[in-house]
Amino acid sequence: MARFAARRLVNMVFVLIAISIITFLIFYKIPGGDPVLRIAGRASNETTRAQIREDYGFNDPVYVQYGELMKKTVSGDLISYSNRVNVREELVRGLPATLSLVIGSAVIWLFFGVLFGVLSAVYAGRWPDRVITILAMIGISLPVFWLGALLLYYLTFKVSLFPAGGYVPLTEDPAGWFSHLILPWFTLSILFIGFYTRLLRSNMLDVMNEDYVRTARAKGLSERRVLGRHVMRNALIPIVTLFGLDVGAAIGGGAILTESVYDLQGIGQYVADSVGSLDLPPIMGTTLYAAFFIVLFSAIVDILYARLDPRVRLNQ
Amino acid sequence: MSAPLLDVSDLRVSFATEEGVVKAVDGVSFDLRAGEILAIVGESGCGKSVTALTVMGLSRGPNATIEGSAMLSGVDLVTMDDEALHKVRAERVAMVFQDPMTALNPVYKVGDQIVEQIRAHEDISKEAARARAIEALRSVGIPNPGRRYDHYPHEFSGGMRQRAMIALALSLEPEVLIADEPTTALDVTIQAQILSLIERLNRDRGLAVILITHDLGVVAEVADRALVMYAGRVVEEGTLDDIFYDPQHPYTWGLLGSLTRIDQPRPRRLPLIPGAPPSLISPPQGCHFRPRCPHAFTKCPTTPPLEARLPDNPGHRDRCWLDSETKRARRVVEDRIGLVASAE
Repeated sequence: MARFAARRLVNMVFVLIAISIITFLIFYKIPGGDPVLRIAGRASNETTRAQIREDYGFNDPVYVQYGELMKKTVSGDLISYSNRVNVREELVRGLPATLSLVIGSAVIWLFFGVLFGVLSAVYAGRWPDRVITILAMIGISLPVFWLGALLLYYLTFKVSLFPAGGYVPLTEDPAGWFSHLILPWFTLSILFIGFYTRLLRSNMLDVMNEDYVRTARAKGLSERRVLGRHVMRNALIPIVTLFGLDVGAAIGGGAILTESVYDLQGIGQYVADSVGSLDLPPIMGTTLYAAFFIVLFSAIVDILYARLDPRVRLNQ
Repeated sequence: MSAPLLDVSDLRVSFATEEGVVKAVDGVSFDLRAGEILAIVGESGCGKSVTALTVMGLSRGPNATIEGSAMLSGVDLVTMDDEALHKVRAERVAMVFQDPMTALNPVYKVGDQIVEQIRAHEDISKEAARARAIEALRSVGIPNPGRRYDHYPHEFSGGMRQRAMIALALSLEPEVLIADEPTTALDVTIQAQILSLIERLNRDRGLAVILITHDLGVVAEVADRALVMYAGRVVEEGTLDDIFYDPQHPYTWGLLGSLTRIDQPRPRRLPLIPGAPPSLISPPQGCHFRPRCPHAFTKCPTTPPLEARLPDNPGHRDRCWLDSETKRARRVVEDRIGLVASAE
């Protein structure tokens, strides 16, 4: 397992390098990507711009520019072209909000996804299944920005049940932290609960038709034990995989919409702002940050998968 | 003759499907005596597996309707409540399934799956159950059972998995073993090993076995008696000699005729039974085999009962209206038993 982890780590470096090159090239080619205007301002004259071009090394060959950028990325000296803010500091500043949002939501969506999925499968075709299926479909179809805006309007503006957005650090005010996060947690979870419910339902129904479940019944086990030990154990394996990847992506900045609607100042929101202003250093920083978490979690998923399914061997 | 261990009487199982009600088992009766091997033979879809699953209570479900009875020394398995059924399963009647590749749970160790069964039925310690499981694995001829206990199903070969399934089935020393095509998914050499294992357990422990198969070779190998099933009904029942040397039902002739035998000249083409089995949603009126039977006559649209039709052999029963003289004359095709001549 240690060797597997080491190999994945080496792979990860290569993946990150590849991603950084692609990001850099896309940015280099994109119309309106020229950073000089952003640094000098629109009202600047040609002399200033030429000076900036020279100072920042924009006249250097592409690979030199790339090398410089990566050097700064690795050393943590990456600075935004438009507002001169250090990218690493911004990421570190956004991390608590994003982690609070994602971890809280993940607990909620896993719990309810599994609960509804199991109920749906056990009552397949009967009314609890029908109700859950309709709710799951609604959950999957609800746009996050719409749901978020609606909740904000009705639950904070009309009825002041919850604070209107923003993030309060856990260490400063645990109660405030909690009340500020309830709506975002719920908003981010809805979609995942819908997906997990549907996936677990179909997994469980598949597994229930497996021969080994019939064997388990033939062994004289109680229905509860058949479901708990034989059906669930196998039906949850794909859920674990999906969960790992979803959490990785959400920490990596995937919760952009939720963070923006509730103004959590998390990493997703930072990603959205950087992309909006076509600012290369933060784009590079956040892309590599996101890629890091996604690659990390997929490695964790692989290791977990091998733990859960004895047929899977990590190739040594 | 001792009282039967298992007495199945007029068993009817039907399933509601979108196309209609499938009458999978349509009035099956038989008995299983202590210490005998009873084969149930028939082609796919004839209801032999459903019959077996119903005896185990495994065909119950929201879409299933089950009538008739299956008395296991005085208690009816058909009407028994789930709680009591859990006690009967594995403890008194155990089952081995067709495909050993999929019948064991891939995520648990083989030994643990046996221990799970033992501890679901008996209040004993893990260590004691483990010892029993190892003993069960040893008794079915798995080499090195102590080490094999900790292996996962995918680390076993097909034959070893089927042995492990049999070990699982026998770990609580049931009175009846139902083996549903236990050798179909295995290589021929392994088939022979599994069959001789079942035979040995039958001989040594007096285990009564219901052996479900579509392979008449398997029947000839190990069974004491056989039921021939067709389209949800038993069409013929008798000892091995009855079935192989004096078959009374044209369907049985067809089955025997479609066998190739090593001690007889090779046919130019394999004789087969013309036509296909009927739909079980709307089976033909009267004898189910009528549409495929070249000997059908005016009486066949009335269902023939399964009864002894040979005065000197009350144990040999069949469902065919023809009189036994006519049967004996008509079943000889090309100097052997068959239904139709092999096609040129």
